[in-house]
Amino acid sequence: MLEHTPKEIKERKGGMINPAKTCQPIGAMYAALGIHKCLPHSHGSQGCCSYHRMHLTRHFRDPIMASTSSFTEGACVFGGGANLKTAIKNVFAIYDPDVMAIHTTCLTETIGDDIPSYLGSAEIPDGKIVIHANTPSYAGSHVTGFANMTKGMVTYLAEATTDTNKEQVNIIPGFVNPGDMREIKRLTKSMGINFIMFPDTSGVVDSPMTGKFEMFPRGGAKVEDIRDTGNSKLTIALGSFASTDAAIQLERKCKVPAKTLKTPIGIKATDEFLMALRAAFISEIPYELEEERGQLVDIMTDTHYHFHGQRVAVFGDPDVVIGLTEFILSLGMVPVHVLTGTPGAAFEKEIKAMLLEAGLKANVKANGDLFELQQWIKNEPVDLLLGNTYGKYISRAEDIPFVRVGFPVLDRSVHSYMPIVGYQGAMRLVEMISNALLDRADRDAADEDFELVM
Amino acid sequence: MAINDKHIDAILETYPAKVKRNRKKHILIKDSAQAHQEIEANTRTIPGIITNRGCAYAGCKGVVLGPIKDMVHITHGPIGCGYYSWLTRRNKAKTPEGGQNFLSYCVSTDMQESDIVFGGEKKLARMIDEVMDIFKPNAVTVSATCPVGLIGDDIGAVAKAAQEKHGIPVLSFNCEGYKGVSQSAGHHIANNGIMDKIIGQGELIETPACYSINFLGEYNIGGDSWEIHRVLEDIGYHVVSVLTGDGSYETIKNAHVADLNLVQCHRSINYIADMLEKKYGTPWLKVNFIGVTSTIESLRNMALYFGDKDLIRRTEEVIARELARIEPVLDQYKKICEGKTAFCFVGGSRGHHYQGLFAELGIETVLAGYEFAHRDDYEGREVIPAIKTDADSKNIPDLHVEPDRKYFKLKLSPEKAEELKKRIPLSNYPGMIANMKDGHIITDDLNHYETEEFIKLLKPDIFASGIKDKFIPQKMGIPSKQLHSYDYSGPYAGFGGAVKFAEDIAMAFTSPTWNFISTPWKDKPLLEGAMQKEGH
Repeated sequence: MLEHTPKEIKERKGGMINPAKTCQPIGAMYAALGIHKCLPHSHGSQGCCSYHRMHLTRHFRDPIMASTSSFTEGACVFGGGANLKTAIKNVFAIYDPDVMAIHTTCLTETIGDDIPSYLGSAEIPDGKIVIHANTPSYAGSHVTGFANMTKGMVTYLAEATTDTNKEQVNIIPGFVNPGDMREIKRLTKSMGINFIMFPDTSGVVDSPMTGKFEMFPRGGAKVEDIRDTGNSKLTIALGSFASTDAAIQLERKCKVPAKTLKTPIGIKATDEFLMALRAAFISEIPYELEEERGQLVDIMTDTHYHFHGQRVAVFGDPDVVIGLTEFILSLGMVPVHVLTGTPGAAFEKEIKAMLLEAGLKANVKANGDLFELQQWIKNEPVDLLLGNTYGKYISRAEDIPFVRVGFPVLDRSVHSYMPIVGYQGAMRLVEMISNALLDRADRDAADEDFELVM
Repeated sequence: MAINDKHIDAILETYPAKVKRNRKKHILIKDSAQAHQEIEANTRTIPGIITNRGCAYAGCKGVVLGPIKDMVHITHGPIGCGYYSWLTRRNKAKTPEGGQNFLSYCVSTDMQESDIVFGGEKKLARMIDEVMDIFKPNAVTVSATCPVGLIGDDIGAVAKAAQEKHGIPVLSFNCEGYKGVSQSAGHHIANNGIMDKIIGQGELIETPACYSINFLGEYNIGGDSWEIHRVLEDIGYHVVSVLTGDGSYETIKNAHVADLNLVQCHRSINYIADMLEKKYGTPWLKVNFIGVTSTIESLRNMALYFGDKDLIRRTEEVIARELARIEPVLDQYKKICEGKTAFCFVGGSRGHHYQGLFAELGIETVLAGYEFAHRDDYEGREVIPAIKTDADSKNIPDLHVEPDRKYFKLKLSPEKAEELKKRIPLSNYPGMIANMKDGHIITDDLNHYETEEFIKLLKPDIFASGIKDKFIPQKMGIPSKQLHSYDYSGPYAGFGGAVKFAEDIAMAFTSPTWNFISTPWKDKPLLEGAMQKEGH
């Protein structure tokens, strides 16, 4: 397993080996699925669209619908206007979504297709909406694509129509699972605060089995609600990489103040999220959330000796990794290697600040790859690996306990239904981490050291 | 129920006029009263139709090149293409003692905006240098993606320079995603490169053992190729190379010495099969190791080709032994499956191959089709001269080969070949339609809308296709079987594979989970308790 990875690290400039990111359009497709009755559309050659649907389907184990312009060589020469207009006509005639959300690929970005001008002359039925975002695959990552499409929602839909702002908060949850979106909504609801979450894939990519296939399931942020985000009192962007762009666009376009917070993973980030809501809307956080928080602290204290001082490697998408790093520090663990494939200096800055505060040093890298992560581990071994499914190869090669978290998880089920955010999500993380470590302790123990009670 | 044109027309009614005209030509009802039924295939995808198709890059790098284990496959492009074709097709490969296996690595030039603007050739050259330094592979491939062709990166020149610099073969493939209309273009592009740059590069002049074969168009999904190998080796065949499941540069370069080429997936490898015949004089035999009957027929045809008494005897011994082992097990599953119906819509070959295996379990395939096959895969190879290459595919180059001066050897006399052709599919494939029953539907490039409509019309008991549509019938309560990835099971080929397949299909039918779809409180009256009291 990965036996050709040498321990000696040399500088590489030719590209990526075993990437810790993928390309923009899949993030845009995922974001677009978070609009009710929306069909994502990939403006490019059809391979991209198939790959993106395939990958999301494998992560969620649910149907992922999207259409494509299906470029041929001719369209590359003459531009994809005809393909897009045909696609729009066919999509509305055959599939009848309320919204089509178009994103682009490296093909259409390279040839410079001008989507807004195509839309100007496209046949869009009355009452139907087409929005778009440019998502060049050669810039950023899938998280950038999510951010671009979410910003596109604001650009096309958000409107300030009331004189005074409504007592409601916009929440942009970032590139997280539907289980996380449900949990963020539950927390906000239990504080009695009105909110609009967008995009919201809960009820879309975790839809129930009823005996009937619904092409457009019940979930997703409604267009009228996304329009109404322009009238809210505040926008909370959870995760700077995935959510800030849309929040700033909303501030610019509709004067709704924007506040960026960390993805609420772990106790500190969840505290900050609840306090930001309290500061803007209510006087007191309800007891049930205080109870949950107290339960989490109770668990963390009860189990701290499982974790304390354990050395951890963590990789994944920047917003999630920032949250995870903060939480593993709260557990007394030691992050040794922290890596994301998504480029961006903000990631390294934020992680390094946390480490400095904790008096620790680690390998920290944005725009890194898993080949390098494995080399780091060979040089400085760890007790635990946290990351997406691709980590299982490193875990096996280097014999390290492994916890699957983030995107994508292709080899286990249920994960997308369960949160990692909020106090509840933090409890689940504690359980997953301690199970991995204690299963390993059991596996490795000599018979005489095998314990009934741990 | 008997399906007729009216049913099809009713389905097509929803389409805009242009789409309706187009799609009508891609759907057939099998009718053996007609001398020949023609289907339209391998034409451009309708934009916005929600196709299942992929691109030429997927067909080239993902399907044909990717499984070759001792080569490092570099994707020249932004990160997505390399990433999505990383470990997602289950083409298994064992690492030979002291040998190389790079399948768990994804190598991409990860093109950035500056590479699009200023060109990516330097970065590609750098990546090849780094790959040489780190992995020291036997050979390297470079596959192009959409933007590469548009910005004019000359990957052929970069590969040539790298080959001279490093002294190992560096092969480039212009499989930009927009070429052709589907994965199929990529197969052709990959075939040309393998034929031109790998096969015939080995030192072997003669076959090292008797009954030596190449196995073409077999990608060892879930271990399929290994299960077939087990039987072939037991009978006494010597497998020179497999293209390309668990294949290696080291074995494929000697493919020219084999006595016979077996073709499993006609669509993806028929180009090489044809060229091997022209260049080295090696005939090919269409085989099908999916299903017990087809496996037996393929083994017998192979024995007939060689015509050796011992080989024929050994073939029958192995068949008898395998049948004695598997028939009682299959009978158990057959009881569960008998009388059911299936849809079978898969890439470019399995839509046909699995129909026999379904039939052996008592399951009738009422609708079948391909994403990207050509007319010859539907109608048989005799239609090839009549197929016109349209504007969308005309830029896929044909490689023309001549008999090789050094290695050409007629493996079979022309008289013997003619005689055999009457009995076995030597250098021939009769296509899928021939095997289907009257009234059953054949559909090319099936899309989401038609999938739903045909399910409503035909109510199949099992839906066999891929991951993108797996969960759609399942939401409707219809079991779904992936015939690309085998739902992470397998092997499904050969004798052992038939048993595994039967077990998996029976499991899909008998799982208790289907019983919970309807909610109990939706079926029961609200006032049940009160009503009972009144009755007392």
